[in-house]
Amino acid sequence: MTAATAEKTRTTDPGGGRLAEALTGTGTLLRFNLRRDRVRLPVWLLALLLATLGSLSSFADLYGDAEQRQASAATMDTPAGLALSGPREYLTDYNLGSMLSHQMIGFTAVMVALMSVFIVARHTRTEEETGRAELVRSAVVGRHAYLTAALGVAAVANVALALLLAVALGGSGVEGVTWGGSLLYGAAHAAVGLVFAAVAAVTVQITAYSRGASGMALAVLGGAYLLRAAGDVGGGALSWLSPIGWAQRTYPYVHDRWWPLLPSLALLLAVAAAAYALSVRRDVGAGLRPAAPGRPAASRHLTRPLGFALRLHRGLLIGFGVAALLLGASYGSLLSEVESLIEQIGALEEAVEGIGGASLVDSFSAMILTVTATVAAVYAVLAAQRARSEETAGRAEPLLATALSRGRWLGGHLTVALLGGALMLLLSGLGFGVAGAASTGDWALVPRLAGASLAYAPALWVTVGLAAVLFGWAPRWLPLVWAVPVYAFVVGYLGQIFQFPHWTGNVSPFGHVPRLPAEDMDWLPLLALTALAAGLLALGLAGFRHRDLDSK
Amino acid sequence: MTRETTAISVSDVVKTFGETRALDGLDLRVRTGEVHGFLGPNGAGKSTTIRILLGLQRADSGTARMLDLDPWRDAVTLHRRLAYVPGDVELWPNLSGGEAIDLLARLRGGINRARRDELIERFDLDPTKKGRSYSKGNRQKVAIVAALASDAELLLLDEPTAGLDPLMEVVFQDVILRAKADGKTVLLSSHILAQVEKLCDQVSIIRQGRIVQSGTLQEMRHLTRTTVEAETERPATGLGELPGVHDLRVDGNRVRMAVDGAGLDEVIGHLSRAGVRALTSHPPTLEELMLRHYGDELSAANGRPAEQAAQAEQAAQAEQAEQNGTSR
Repeated sequence: MTAATAEKTRTTDPGGGRLAEALTGTGTLLRFNLRRDRVRLPVWLLALLLATLGSLSSFADLYGDAEQRQASAATMDTPAGLALSGPREYLTDYNLGSMLSHQMIGFTAVMVALMSVFIVARHTRTEEETGRAELVRSAVVGRHAYLTAALGVAAVANVALALLLAVALGGSGVEGVTWGGSLLYGAAHAAVGLVFAAVAAVTVQITAYSRGASGMALAVLGGAYLLRAAGDVGGGALSWLSPIGWAQRTYPYVHDRWWPLLPSLALLLAVAAAAYALSVRRDVGAGLRPAAPGRPAASRHLTRPLGFALRLHRGLLIGFGVAALLLGASYGSLLSEVESLIEQIGALEEAVEGIGGASLVDSFSAMILTVTATVAAVYAVLAAQRARSEETAGRAEPLLATALSRGRWLGGHLTVALLGGALMLLLSGLGFGVAGAASTGDWALVPRLAGASLAYAPALWVTVGLAAVLFGWAPRWLPLVWAVPVYAFVVGYLGQIFQFPHWTGNVSPFGHVPRLPAEDMDWLPLLALTALAAGLLALGLAGFRHRDLDSK
Repeated sequence: MTRETTAISVSDVVKTFGETRALDGLDLRVRTGEVHGFLGPNGAGKSTTIRILLGLQRADSGTARMLDLDPWRDAVTLHRRLAYVPGDVELWPNLSGGEAIDLLARLRGGINRARRDELIERFDLDPTKKGRSYSKGNRQKVAIVAALASDAELLLLDEPTAGLDPLMEVVFQDVILRAKADGKTVLLSSHILAQVEKLCDQVSIIRQGRIVQSGTLQEMRHLTRTTVEAETERPATGLGELPGVHDLRVDGNRVRMAVDGAGLDEVIGHLSRAGVRALTSHPPTLEELMLRHYGDELSAANGRPAEQAAQAEQAAQAEQAEQNGTSR
């Protein structure tokens, strides 16, 4: 029976019988999926819960009295502060609960959305890609069982998280953290998570590859985050286009209003319905986009190590490049808002004093650049790990059985990671500068911000160097290199909110980069980082020359 | 032993992975220009041997030489002169088969374009398909075409036809015979016995990381028993007393037995005196040779007290003695 006839019979016979048949096996699959995720899901939930509780307790320590909270509200009432946290409305009643909602929802909701996207992609597209779905669907399993079971896991995870957050926060007894607000706080997260589970349910229909499907869903997530950031700094209208913006506009612990979750619910239903409709318009294992045939012969540059590595990295390079440019541009477009804010509030200078008396635009730019540099670091880590995934997939073996030496093979991949990382910095800096210049009319910003962004290149190179050392000497431990961007993010982003001690920055290569343009240029740490990176790369290459190649 | 005629020589190589001893004092010699069958079941150490010869893994002890070079130290120089087909070919999902062939062949040092196109044609391969949409057999073909389209003098083939259909298996055998005619040396690891019987001059059987037997197929057969079946006019009596007769079964005028090479003449004479009406004899198949070395495992697995295994053991011992006698 083809998809089209199935569709027809279903529409002509809308009775429960057909639907029940299409869902046959959902319960078994759901239980099976939950069992497969029995470690993964609790880890996600626990991490999200602990991050929230940890933030609440550190807020309680740092901002015990109303005066301190008022000072914090004043720091937050800047374009940079609002872009990183949430709408200004929270500042009107800045108790410990509303601090939590204001500063954390935007961040944890993104994490919950990530969790949901990965859950749905793993239980649908990955299953089809590996061929396991074919085996399972040859059994007594309905047409919609797979998708329903995957969404079911996402629903279980999100509802569990909402309940955990509500109980843990409500029972925390912290001043200003009410039971009603806590319930809403949890529900707001679940709403974002479920919307993105539905988004992933659509993207897994479009492309035949799990990585591509997750990437598309994450692009939507990135767009939603940028809309809310832009909206919260500007008039707020743009935030109303974003599920994250809706979640933030429930104002838990301030107004406790539930109705902004209604658009999430409506969007969830509409997108999920679209996913089901699309899923019957394709074959199992195929995407809606047909696979295009390739070239019958290789071009000249493909058969050189660097050209070949570039080809393998092309998708990641283009995807991240566009994202870096857009990310930079969207922050850059906020620069005129930053300027107008200075005109409005003269009293702000006090808050800016901490950053060495630099102008507000400069300190905002410096802060944004630490964020975009972290994104570039994520690229560098992904690119540097490519060599390992080629090795474990058994695709390095036939290549290294040719006259290609190990050094040149690994060198190709590392070169792409090194130059690609620098390219990401350049693109985000350019996007930031050009959009900033367009909004403020100050075109000197373009070279200034692009240069400031590139100052992070040596720190990226050290990250790639660490990956090379792990790859060469302890390949199983290569994922540890994720600690570098994660740490840089925690210290650079959350550290500004929670005021981490100064030494925490020094442990990270990113902590040694001068915070241009707010600070002066300092070449010494950059040269030192570059030399360190060169040493690490040489060490990693030497290690790889001396170890066995892992076979599949 | 002159060096220029030895393409591969491995002696006393040990390789361990944690607790497992993958290779346990392996010796292997492949002469230039021969097709050498490398036989053994899964997990016996065939792929590990080949990976050591490719310099992808390093032996814990022992020496391996290939084309008079050190596989680990001179890997790149060596790889210019050899081509490799893995048993489980993984392709790049977003590269077409044609691109993968060119990539592998050119990185090896060059491609014979006419031969490439001819091989693609013969193996009925669509070079425009992307790696992710190839079936297992087609991925295998990509690696085979890439290996044979370059002018390598040595081919290391690790179960190269796993997943190929019988028609393609025939094409493969034809192509390998042509490579042999061109003077190329081939090390063919396999557990497809018919393929080895058809292609290989020399055979080495590996078991638990050691070579248990090595030689030409004829030699191996000579050392073992020929199966003889006959129908005679009168019942052939007294066969059981003849030297070299084993597993005798008599069914009226029909007899069936296994005969040592040395006893064959006497047995045939004895049969003809009883008036031969029909006679078939066939040399031991490679399968039977293999079973001799793995028979104990098989019978242990079947839970039988293994008379077969005991026989195999005996035969192996007798043969060992004989071998020692002839080689010294």
